[in-house]
Amino acid sequence: MTFLDVKDLRIHFPTDDGLVRAVDGLSFQLERGKTLGIVGESGSGKSVTSLGILGLHKGGRVRLSGEIWLDGEELVSASPEHVRTLRGKRMAMIFQDPLSAMHPYYTVGAQIIEAYRIHHNVSKKVARKHAVEMLDRVGIPQPDRRVDSYPHEFSGGMRQRAMIAMALSCDPELLIADEPTTALDVTVQAQILDLMRDLQRDFNAGLIIITHDLGVVAELADDILVMYGGKCIEYGTAEDIFERPEHPYTWGLLGSMPRLDRERTERLLPIKGSPPSLINVPAGCAFHPRCSYEKLTGGKAGTVVPELLETEGGHLVRCHLPRDQRRAIWETEIKPKLEAS
Amino acid sequence: MLVVVSIVTFSIFFVIPRIAGVTAADFANRYVGTKGATAATVAATAEKLGLNDPVVVQYGRWVKGIVAGAEFDTGVGVEHCPAPCFGYSFITKQPVWPDLVDRLPVTLSLALGASIIWLLAGVATGVLSALRKGSVFDRAAMTIALAGVSLPIFFTGIASLVVFSYGFKITAPGGAYTPLTENPALWAYDLILPWITLAFLYAAAYARLTRAGMLETMGEDYIRTARAKGLKESRVTAKHGLRAALTPIVTIFGLDVGLLLGGAILTESTFSLNGIGKYVVHAINTGDLPQILGVTTLATCFVVLANLIVDLLYAVVDPRVRLS
Repeated sequence: MTFLDVKDLRIHFPTDDGLVRAVDGLSFQLERGKTLGIVGESGSGKSVTSLGILGLHKGGRVRLSGEIWLDGEELVSASPEHVRTLRGKRMAMIFQDPLSAMHPYYTVGAQIIEAYRIHHNVSKKVARKHAVEMLDRVGIPQPDRRVDSYPHEFSGGMRQRAMIAMALSCDPELLIADEPTTALDVTVQAQILDLMRDLQRDFNAGLIIITHDLGVVAELADDILVMYGGKCIEYGTAEDIFERPEHPYTWGLLGSMPRLDRERTERLLPIKGSPPSLINVPAGCAFHPRCSYEKLTGGKAGTVVPELLETEGGHLVRCHLPRDQRRAIWETEIKPKLEAS
Repeated sequence: MLVVVSIVTFSIFFVIPRIAGVTAADFANRYVGTKGATAATVAATAEKLGLNDPVVVQYGRWVKGIVAGAEFDTGVGVEHCPAPCFGYSFITKQPVWPDLVDRLPVTLSLALGASIIWLLAGVATGVLSALRKGSVFDRAAMTIALAGVSLPIFFTGIASLVVFSYGFKITAPGGAYTPLTENPALWAYDLILPWITLAFLYAAAYARLTRAGMLETMGEDYIRTARAKGLKESRVTAKHGLRAALTPIVTIFGLDVGLLLGGAILTESTFSLNGIGKYVVHAINTGDLPQILGVTTLATCFVVLANLIVDLLYAVVDPRVRLS
């Protein structure tokens, strides 16, 4: 049985301006001990997906459909109260900006103790000891002293470590990290990513990393799912995505990734245009207004929504271009350009 | 701080009128009062009260009175005004301080009782409104709140007197005050209507304030974190949301109470409560400068004190501003 199996997940928000299709038919799987990277620009529906899995949209004015199977248990149809008891215990989340994600009025220790005691019926003393252990585990020096510090007394990296300690305090099987390193210094980013890799191995948790930074997923992910306009447009192993990507949008992401081995005078290759509105998603392929190869589809891209189809060995691509043509463009056009620059 | 306060209040009453051209004789005239006073009598009174002395000397004498007490020659004998002497009214022929001490319990009871009611009612309404934003409850509460802020005490006070005291006869008709130490039940009975009337005005403002604060904090990232931990929604609201939203409320609450302790003028007048507020209205009507000065100084002290307490409280509530 697949540990986490998301099937045709749809998260729509009715607003005054129209229906926001933040997530529109997303499916993926994740096993324990594996890492899935969900990649996309701002507004592609990445964060909404993660909050949806945790059931944090429930009760609001959201329209949720599809299935989320966590270890054989379906979450979309489960009661909000039941999902709440799973939250923190079986599935936990690490947020982007640890300064705003931690309560400014409570000590770091108090917040970890709280997280632990929601799901464990233990005394404050026992929970505190656990909190100190967790802080030690995530590499915070003098954890028995730092446990009584407030979040604002920590540095950015320390705060994110504390946030990770809080998320892992109940030994969750599924850990979702939403842009875990975006708010951090580059030097600290690498430390946090290393830490997350080590902890994931120790805890044998399934990890979902949500990011706009392909560099982050390159470090950690086994599988990568590329999102655009609320839909999955390419899904495969990390090797598939980095070695033989087939979607023009993925090519664009790879091209806009800064690299150290690149000549400094070279410009990055940004994707032209801006992400689509999730209320008025362009007809046909959502990416077609920004796609350089749109003309090769003979107008189909502007009218027909492409299917997410398997190209080879579990590698899925949502594109109208014929497979051979995509591969040819990648091999002859994109790959040499990326390697040359 | 208190020194600055004393200088400023003293100046308002004794220096600024002088600059504006009021002479020592004019001041003295107020005390002599009778129309038939000759210029000589007035001049003698001015001299007796030390109104011809330099302002600094007068200020020094006034401060010395507060600290060490003072003596006033009333013409028929020397009145001793023990410390703290906030002045001696030549109109009532009484030192000011005992008057204030007499009336302070009334104002204190009124302000503290009302403040507890408005804090609880206002914050509770605000929180519920925020949690059910756009609901019937929210709309109704905010409409009533708007009315509460807009309607003056002398309207709501009299209206409630008419309905509850004279109509249903379930509350005191006003004008009575029983000390808490004497009979707590009667104390509450006498004050319940003024409390509610005064609290209504403030509760309305607090409800709107709390609602806005809660709406803001409930959208914060740390609320999402609290939910992601699996915390019950009620705990998320109370422990994480309200705690943060209350910080600005604490500030305003302290200042409001401090201000009220200097006399709830309208409420006390409407309900004929013999508090500081009513006292000062009377003092103003009779032009009794020492009384007005006494009340002003006392009221200012309360505000300054309230500010200090708020600052200290703030450090307790918000660890980010903790004293180092």
